[in-house]
Amino acid sequence: MPMDTIKRWARVTPQKATANGLSFDSGGTNGMEALNKLYRSYIEDYPKYYKMDPLSKLGFVASELMLKGDEGRFAEREDRAVILFNKSSSLADDVAFEKTIMDRSNFFASPSLFVYTLPNIVTGEIAIRNKYYGETSFIVLPEFNARCIAEVTVAAFEDPCTESVLGGWLECESPDIFDAMLFIAPKGISGETLTKEISSIH
Amino acid sequence: MIVCEGHNIYSPLGTTSEENYSNVLKGNSALRLYEDRWNLPEPFFASMFDRERAELEFDLLKPMQRYTFFEKIAILSIQKALEGTDVDASGSDVLFVVSSTKGNVELLETDPEKFGYERELLGTSATLIADFFGNHNVPMTVSNACISGVSAQVFAMRILNSMPYRHVIVIGADVLSPFIITGFQSLKALSQEACRPFDAMRCGLNLGEAAATVIFGKAENAEKGTWTAVNGAIRNDANHISGPSRTGEGNFRALRMLEKDFDKKDLACINAHGTSTLYNDEMESIAITRAGLEGVPVGSLKGYYGHTLGAAGILESVLCMQATDHHKVLGTKGFETLGVSGKISVCGSHRDTTGNSFIKMLSGFGGCNAAMLYHKIS
Repeated sequence: MPMDTIKRWARVTPQKATANGLSFDSGGTNGMEALNKLYRSYIEDYPKYYKMDPLSKLGFVASELMLKGDEGRFAEREDRAVILFNKSSSLADDVAFEKTIMDRSNFFASPSLFVYTLPNIVTGEIAIRNKYYGETSFIVLPEFNARCIAEVTVAAFEDPCTESVLGGWLECESPDIFDAMLFIAPKGISGETLTKEISSIH
Repeated sequence: MIVCEGHNIYSPLGTTSEENYSNVLKGNSALRLYEDRWNLPEPFFASMFDRERAELEFDLLKPMQRYTFFEKIAILSIQKALEGTDVDASGSDVLFVVSSTKGNVELLETDPEKFGYERELLGTSATLIADFFGNHNVPMTVSNACISGVSAQVFAMRILNSMPYRHVIVIGADVLSPFIITGFQSLKALSQEACRPFDAMRCGLNLGEAAATVIFGKAENAEKGTWTAVNGAIRNDANHISGPSRTGEGNFRALRMLEKDFDKKDLACINAHGTSTLYNDEMESIAITRAGLEGVPVGSLKGYYGHTLGAAGILESVLCMQATDHHKVLGTKGFETLGVSGKISVCGSHRDTTGNSFIKMLSGFGGCNAAMLYHKIS
């Protein structure tokens, strides 16, 4: 594969998980249970996973499947940015947190739940797991838009330190409805090529 | 490098950048105690809008449809920022970039006007805001926790450098609601009195509402006396999702990326995040000293506005532009005695400066940090 196209990719939906051309079996389970099953079968060594919210679990599992065998995995680096996009922000968590405070007579605001009511937390989870000190950003769009994702991702290489971007679409409408499409884009990739790659994976 | 073509701050301290600057210069703060707002179990200290007044002002724009309060203050701020510029916001060469952490989240608790679930989506609000000005490009919303306002300006710079847009309108806004107040209370992050950034007695942050706009254009429009955003960087601590790195790792790395672009003697100040929490202010002092910038005046504006979330990075940059125009470094309201380990230069009162540049720093949940360098062409 030439250097000017994506190096790795992953797609995870409630029904199916694939990464770099390989399928991962979630044992006939669905929704969040499928993510948990993928975690237990293929990842397993990161118990913090169980504390994460659905959006972070999704981003974590998809990035882990994609990065298996990545060169120099877990070495500290600043040259990889994490830039993710979606439509629903952290709305599934927002609804869950609001439920805990809505009734003032039965009120318990959970700090661990509140922290996850920000969509960019998943970019931090991926950075912590992989020791990425580079840029982390989260952008919300009105709808999935391959061209917009590609152009903003390619523009991120203006940061002279950034050599690759772990990017893509990470949408979690509810714990049962989600859609992850991640890629590793190298510096030098064109917006046009990346748009085509994103469209063909998604 | 990109050029600042217009700006506005729409806050409880004023509805124009000038009015805000004048109030801050007088030492006025919008922070006060709210004891029984929203029937919450605990009181809170915050800076909040007189909503009726803002609603009346919005009605003068003769809107063709209904907007939420969050959308209204965003539109008002953009409208005022556009005045006095020749930017046609409806142009196909103009892009809207919104910076917000929680947008319309207050509708989850109560939605008397029945805006509905779709309105919870940040993309819906962003589209409606752009649409108000007749702009039909797909707007981006940067939602990068507390660094959103600087992140959005970093993206504006990249967009103007690499895409066929001529102007980017960056609007940062957040409004307070039981959701946000109780969330920060649950984290034990709020102070029950006015915050005291970098002070030995600091004991937490205050939250604030605001909208702030900055309109950027391409570098070729630079001329003497214009403000430019020179460079910006975003870096992660790779350490913890809700606590800053003890070594200021991400913040230091973001600052280091700006090094080649400024002359230390020309820096009027570093406008820090300075939330007044124990850990944030300590971390920033370490990052600043690690970056070799301990001699540069450091300040925080949270004592005037509280932490205005998605608006903070824009509001605070715009105030620093104005202060620097007047050869001033704004005082850190609430500060008396240095209470951080990094030997930084913080002052409670306003100081004079001859510098023409400043750095804006922010840090947020998710371990993210951002720094941006601004310079006035002289």
